[in-house]
Amino acid sequence: MNRSGIGLLLAAIAATLSTEATADRFTLESPAEGVYLHRGAQADASPANGGDIANIGFIIGSRCVAVIDSGGTAAIGSALLAAIRKLTDKPVCYLIHTHVHPDHGFGDSAFAGSDTVFVAHAEFPAALAARRDHYRAALRQTLGDAASGSEIAVPTRLISGEQTLDIGDRTLVLRAWPTAHSNTDLTVFDLRTQTLWTGDLLFVDRIPVVDGKALGWMMAIDALIAMKPAHLIPGHGPPSRSAEVAFTAQRNYLHKLITECRSALGNGITLSGAVETIGFDENKHWLLFDEYHRRNVTAVYTELEWEE
Amino acid sequence: MKRIVGRLLLVTFSSAAALLPFTAAAVAEAPQASEVSIWSKVRGSLFAGRTINENAADIVQLDAPSRAEDASTVPIAIRTQLAQTPDRYVRKLYLLVDNNPSPIAAVFELTPDSGRADIETRIRVEQYTDVRAIAELNDGSLYMASRFVKASGGCSAPAGKDPVEALRNAGRIKFRVDGPVVAGKPTIAQLAISHPNASGLVLDQVTRLYEPAYYVRKLNVSYAGRPVLSADIDFSISENPNFRFYFVPTGDGELRAEVVDTKDLSFDSQVVVKLGGVASAIQ
Ligand SMILES: [Zn+2]
Ligand SMILES: [Zn+2]
Repeated sequence: MNRSGIGLLLAAIAATLSTEATADRFTLESPAEGVYLHRGAQADASPANGGDIANIGFIIGSRCVAVIDSGGTAAIGSALLAAIRKLTDKPVCYLIHTHVHPDHGFGDSAFAGSDTVFVAHAEFPAALAARRDHYRAALRQTLGDAASGSEIAVPTRLISGEQTLDIGDRTLVLRAWPTAHSNTDLTVFDLRTQTLWTGDLLFVDRIPVVDGKALGWMMAIDALIAMKPAHLIPGHGPPSRSAEVAFTAQRNYLHKLITECRSALGNGITLSGAVETIGFDENKHWLLFDEYHRRNVTAVYTELEWEE
Repeated sequence: MKRIVGRLLLVTFSSAAALLPFTAAAVAEAPQASEVSIWSKVRGSLFAGRTINENAADIVQLDAPSRAEDASTVPIAIRTQLAQTPDRYVRKLYLLVDNNPSPIAAVFELTPDSGRADIETRIRVEQYTDVRAIAELNDGSLYMASRFVKASGGCSAPAGKDPVEALRNAGRIKFRVDGPVVAGKPTIAQLAISHPNASGLVLDQVTRLYEPAYYVRKLNVSYAGRPVLSADIDFSISENPNFRFYFVPTGDGELRAEVVDTKDLSFDSQVVVKLGGVASAIQ
């Protein structure tokens, strides 16, 4: 085992010590046969929610279990593992990252040291290397000791384009997307139940965050709707059964950002001017609007500055 | 990202003694404890023994958001309150971001031909920090404006959003003059440089990835052959460095920008300025 492996293992041991409380109130629902979802709070990470703010879960095959995102801390990852163990003793053969964001990946520590293969978008390792120190510091600042032992694992199975994973009589189709919500977006499609795990390519009720490219995201949305999944599990918010409906609010929001940023650029309005004027009528549609909307305008404006 | 000694410090000062207190170890301590000392160290390096007037709103003001919404792109504006005349003008503007790995984001040099010593740009903000603009007049006097900027929350990081594309497009320039151009009247130009402008990675112990820093380090703008603006910058300036600044058109003439990055690649762009018109160039 290399040094980072030992580090993760130690982190996992430390984390189990503070897991009990989290495990007790760890909720789980099953939107489709063999598909299990734990819904995070629709809030920013805080000591009150312990960083449990992202949707995470797993799919059980006849051979093994595939975990999809591990949660915002080691304690959440451990609680997820405990929830799996209540249902099955099959090994966790894959831990699939939907993208690099910390609320989805800091629970990896709980799965280190086993035979779990960490799977992610091909750009994930570089994105993680560029952000890791920043994410660690932010987690510690937000959660204090509750952040202890939390680490995002380096994936060893990297996905470009489309690839499948077999977990025993069950095929998962993984698709790596061009830059959209982030530059590491990966969706998981369970062929048996036609369940699409979107990661943060879909936000429901909580305001979407543009940490990638809005134009790429719009194209991804169209492609995901065209898949006509029977079940959708978003990165944040409740699961649903109609992609057309589930994506509507997010699509409208991104469309508005794109349209209004384009027109601001055309009219010579500066970035700081755009940030203070664009899209505020969307406030009523979204949770956490004040926390993220200006950031989204910044991202979309600077993206479109370089549009041909 | 590791805190490192700013390249600008190395460039600006040959005295090793000036650099000694500014080591990685000295600034790696808790931000609360080091906030004051980072500034005092930078101040000692750049302005040793000189008075800095801090009640200087009549000379220089700084606009910055109270919170960094996007850690990678925080718009700031330095606004000066005096006309650039040969007798009295701002000859340098220092832009400092105390708690960034490289606190000296930019040092701009201006001339009477700049018209106004106002600069708008975008910076990366690693964590909550004081941002400072220090104006140095041609008589050597110093004036400072500062703003405290809170860090962004959640998953916002100062890293680039699509480094692969940024690298592919490095060196494209959009250069624009907002008209109508009137002779003798300070006029705004905007220079946008497509570039990763990244700090790179020290060898990441976990991913084993290594990436050298790659950023725009030098910028020169002239109008009709006379310098208007030059700058030493580094990766505290955001990806795709963007500058709005003034020049004074005197007649038809060429506004020319030359940019050099840390691979010593140089890129240039020209705008033909015509009185009464607007102009732009895309390379
Ligand atoms: Zn998320
Ligand atoms: Zn995300």
